[in-house]
Amino acid sequence: MHNFITYYLGSGLLGSVVSSLLPFVWVMTYALVAIYLELKVSAHMQDRLGPMRTGRWHGWAQPLADVTKLMQKEDTIPAAADKALYVLAPVLVFVGSYAAYAAIPFSPAYIGSNINLGIFYIIAVSAIVVLGILMAGWASNNKWSLLGAMRTAAQLVSYEIPSSLAVLAVVMVVGSFNLNDVCAAQSGWFWNWFVFGKFPFLFITFIIYFTASLAETNRAPFDIPEAESELVAGYHTEYSGMRFAVFFLAEYANMFTVAAVASVLFFGGWNSPFGTFMSGPIWGVFWLISKGMALVFVQMWLRWTLPRFRVDQLMYLSWKILTPFALFNIFAVGLWMVLRG
Amino acid sequence: MNANEIHEKIKAQFPEGIIEFKSEGVVEPFIVVRPDLIREISKFISEDPDLKFDYLMSLSGVDFNDGNVGVVYHLYSMQRRHRIVLKVKVAKDKPDVPSVESVWKSANWHEREAFDLFGLVFLDHPDLRRILLPDDWDGYPLRKDYKVQEYYHGMKVPY
Amino acid sequence: MAELRTEEMVLNMGPQHPSTHGVLRIELVVDGEVVVDAVPHIGYLHRCFEKHAEAMNYQQVVPYCDRMDYLSSMSNDFGYVLAVEKLLNIRVPERVEYIRVIMTELQRIASHLVAIGTYGMDIGAFTPFLYCFRDREMILDLFETTCGARLLYNYMWPGGLSHDIPPGFVEKTKAFIKHFRPTIKELNDLLSYNEIFVRRTANVGVLPAEVAINYAASGPTLRGSGVKWDLRKDDPYSVYHKFDWDIAVGTGEMGTLGDCWDRYMVKVWEMEQSLRIIEQAIDSIPEGDVQAAIPKRVRPAAGEVYVRSETARGELGYYIISDGSQNPFRVKARAPSFVNLSLLPEISRGYLIADMIAIIGSVDIVLGDVDR
Repeated sequence: MHNFITYYLGSGLLGSVVSSLLPFVWVMTYALVAIYLELKVSAHMQDRLGPMRTGRWHGWAQPLADVTKLMQKEDTIPAAADKALYVLAPVLVFVGSYAAYAAIPFSPAYIGSNINLGIFYIIAVSAIVVLGILMAGWASNNKWSLLGAMRTAAQLVSYEIPSSLAVLAVVMVVGSFNLNDVCAAQSGWFWNWFVFGKFPFLFITFIIYFTASLAETNRAPFDIPEAESELVAGYHTEYSGMRFAVFFLAEYANMFTVAAVASVLFFGGWNSPFGTFMSGPIWGVFWLISKGMALVFVQMWLRWTLPRFRVDQLMYLSWKILTPFALFNIFAVGLWMVLRG
Repeated sequence: MNANEIHEKIKAQFPEGIIEFKSEGVVEPFIVVRPDLIREISKFISEDPDLKFDYLMSLSGVDFNDGNVGVVYHLYSMQRRHRIVLKVKVAKDKPDVPSVESVWKSANWHEREAFDLFGLVFLDHPDLRRILLPDDWDGYPLRKDYKVQEYYHGMKVPY
Repeated sequence: MAELRTEEMVLNMGPQHPSTHGVLRIELVVDGEVVVDAVPHIGYLHRCFEKHAEAMNYQQVVPYCDRMDYLSSMSNDFGYVLAVEKLLNIRVPERVEYIRVIMTELQRIASHLVAIGTYGMDIGAFTPFLYCFRDREMILDLFETTCGARLLYNYMWPGGLSHDIPPGFVEKTKAFIKHFRPTIKELNDLLSYNEIFVRRTANVGVLPAEVAINYAASGPTLRGSGVKWDLRKDDPYSVYHKFDWDIAVGTGEMGTLGDCWDRYMVKVWEMEQSLRIIEQAIDSIPEGDVQAAIPKRVRPAAGEVYVRSETARGELGYYIISDGSQNPFRVKARAPSFVNLSLLPEISRGYLIADMIAIIGSVDIVLGDVDR
C-alpha cells in the first residue's frame, strides 16, 4: 500500500505522510462511531433510549457534539502540576496506541508495514502507553491520579504476560510473527478459523487473550485505573478539554487495536467467512473491520454487565490463573504439534 | 422489668445517686441522677445481669431554660427488652458531664453533637470537637439564650 | 531494603467524591492502598432541623422532617406524627394507619432501590442502578398520584393524612407488586450473586454483632450482623402487628457474618418482605375519613416522649419535649444514618481503598439524615 501511494504521488516523503495518516482517518471515524455505539449499547442494555435529539435521527450527531464541546473547553493545567510531563503524557499515550495500527493488516494489500515481526511490534509499542499513563498520574500532582497511575502500571505490566503467551501459541501454530501470514493460515470457510478449533486448544488461547486484552485497554471489569467510583477518574482526573479527549481517543483506539489483533489471530482477519465469496483486498477491509467491531461490541457488552474487580483480585487473576493457563496452553499446543509431526 | 424495679435496682447500688424518679403522670418514666455519677451508673446498668442496658438509643442535650442544661439518655436492653430514661442536669455556666463513651460507643458522636449545639462539656471524651458546625463557630445554637453572630468570615449570618 | 522509608499518605475522600453518597468527607490515612484510619467529617449539609423545629408549631415541623432523610420522607414523617400523637394521646382511624403502613413500606422499597442501585455502581456495575431507578420511578408515580409530590411529601399530618388515596391506587399498587417481584430475581441474577460482586463484598467490612449493638447500629446495618431486630416486630407501632412477615437477617452465606454482602442482601430480602406487608394491607384497607382525627389545634400538655420507628435505614427516634405551648420546646431527631456512620472507622481499618467504597455504600447513609 505504501509503495502504491508513493508511486501514485511520485514522492517518497509525501507517500509516507499520506500512508501513515490513513489509519488516523480510520481511527477518528471509528472513534465517533464507537462513542455513538457505546452510548446506544449502554442505553438499550439499561432500558433507556440514549441520545435521541442531537441530529434528529436517533441522536446520531451526539459524538460530533461531544467532540466539539471537548475542543472548545478550557484547557486547565493545575498550578502544581509538572507542566512538561503533564502536556507530554496524552501525546505519548496516543502515540502508543496509534503506532500499533502500522502493523494491523486491514486487507492482504493494505497493511501499513508488512513487517515480519508484526505481532511482536504491536505488543512492544503498546507498552509505551504505560509510560504515558504513569507520566499523567505523576505529573498531575494529585493523589487520586497517582493511585490510578500506579494501578495502571501494575495492571498493564501484569497482563502483558498472559496476552503475549497467548499470542505465542498462535505464532507457534502458524510459524510466523507476520500477521498477514497468520490470516493466510486461516483462509477458506469460517471453520478454518483458529477459534473454531482448526487446531485444538486455541479456543482457550482466545479466552485468555481476550480477557487479558480487556485489562490492557482498561475496560470493565478491569477499569481499575480509572474506577470512577473509587478514584474519581484515576490518572486523567486533572485533564480537561482536548487533552482529556486525547486520552479518550487513545482508549477507543486501543479497544479496536486489541479487537483487530484478536480477529486476526483467531477469527481469520481479512478472510471472508464464506470461502471465496466476498473475498479480496477490498472486502478484506470490510471483514476485518466488521470482526473488530463485533469484538468491540462484546467489550462494551461486558462493561455494562459486570462489576469491577478489586486491585488485588486483578493481580490474582493475572498471575495465578491466566499466566499458568497460558503456559499450560503453550505446552499443550507444542505437544500436539510434536505428536502430529 | 418495669421502671419502678429498675429504679429500685439502681437505688440499691447508688443510694445518693438518684435525685428524682418520676413514673406517674408522664408518658415515659425517667430517673434524674447526679451528673458526677452518671458514668458509674451507666457502667453498672450496662453490666448488671438483670438490667443489661446494652443499647443507647439516643443521647440528647436539653436546655431546660431555668439556668440548667442537661443530658437525656434513652436506654434500651436488647436482651431484657426494657427501657429507661436517665437525665442529668448541670448549671449552664459549668456544663461538665462525664462522658459515657467508654460504656456505649454510640455516645461518641451524640456527645459531640450535644457539645456542638449545647456546649455541654463531656469529661474524658476521646475526641470532643464540633461535629456539625464549623470548628470556628461562636456559641451553641440550641441554647435558649443563643444569639447568632453577626458575621462569619465576612458573611452576614442573620437572614 | 529494610531501611527504605515509607510514609503514610492522608487522602481526602470527599466532600466531592462520586462514592460518598453526598457531601461527606472522610479523611483516609492510607499506607499504599491500605486504609490505616478513616475519620469521617460531617456537617456539610447541616441545617439545624432541631433549631427550626423550636420556632415552628407542631404541624409545621412535618415538612422539615421530609427533608432529613430525603430518600425516605414518608418514614420520617411517620415517626414524627407517631411521636406527636403519643404526646397528644390521640388515636387515628384504622384507615389512616393502613395507608401509612402501605406508604412507608413503598417508601422503604424505593429507598432500598436507591441504596442497592448506587451500591452496584460503587462496585462498578452501572446497569443495575438504572434498573433500580426505573422501578423506583413507579413508586414515585404512586406517591405523586396520592399527594402530588415525588420526593418530599408532607403527607402524614399529626392525626391523619393530607389526602386520601386516589381512585385506582390499589390497582396500580397491585400492578407494581406484580411487576416488581420478578425484577428482584433479575436483580439477584445480575448483581447479588454475581461472582465478581460477591468477591468484592464478602468478607469485607465485617461488623460483629456485639460491636454493632455497642455502637447502637440499627436497620439493615444491624440485621446484616445477624441480629434479628426490627422495631416493626420488636417494638411494634401502628398496625404492623396485624401482618405476617419475617425479619430479614444476614446469614454470612457468602463469607463472614456481618460483611458488606450481608448488609446488602438484607436490603434485597427486606424489599420482598415489604411487598408481603403491602399485599396484605392493600386488600384490607378499612373505610373511614382520613382527616377525622386531625386536631384543630395541636397543643400537647407539658411532657416529653421518645418514639422510635423503623425507617429504611434503621431506628429513627424523635425525642420531643412539650412545654404546653404550640411550639415544641425541644425536638431531637435520632437519625439512623448519623449513628450508623459513626461506626465507619471501626469497620474500615485494614481494608483497601476499593473496599472503603464498598463499606460506605453498604452502611447506606443519606447525608441529609446524618447532618439534619
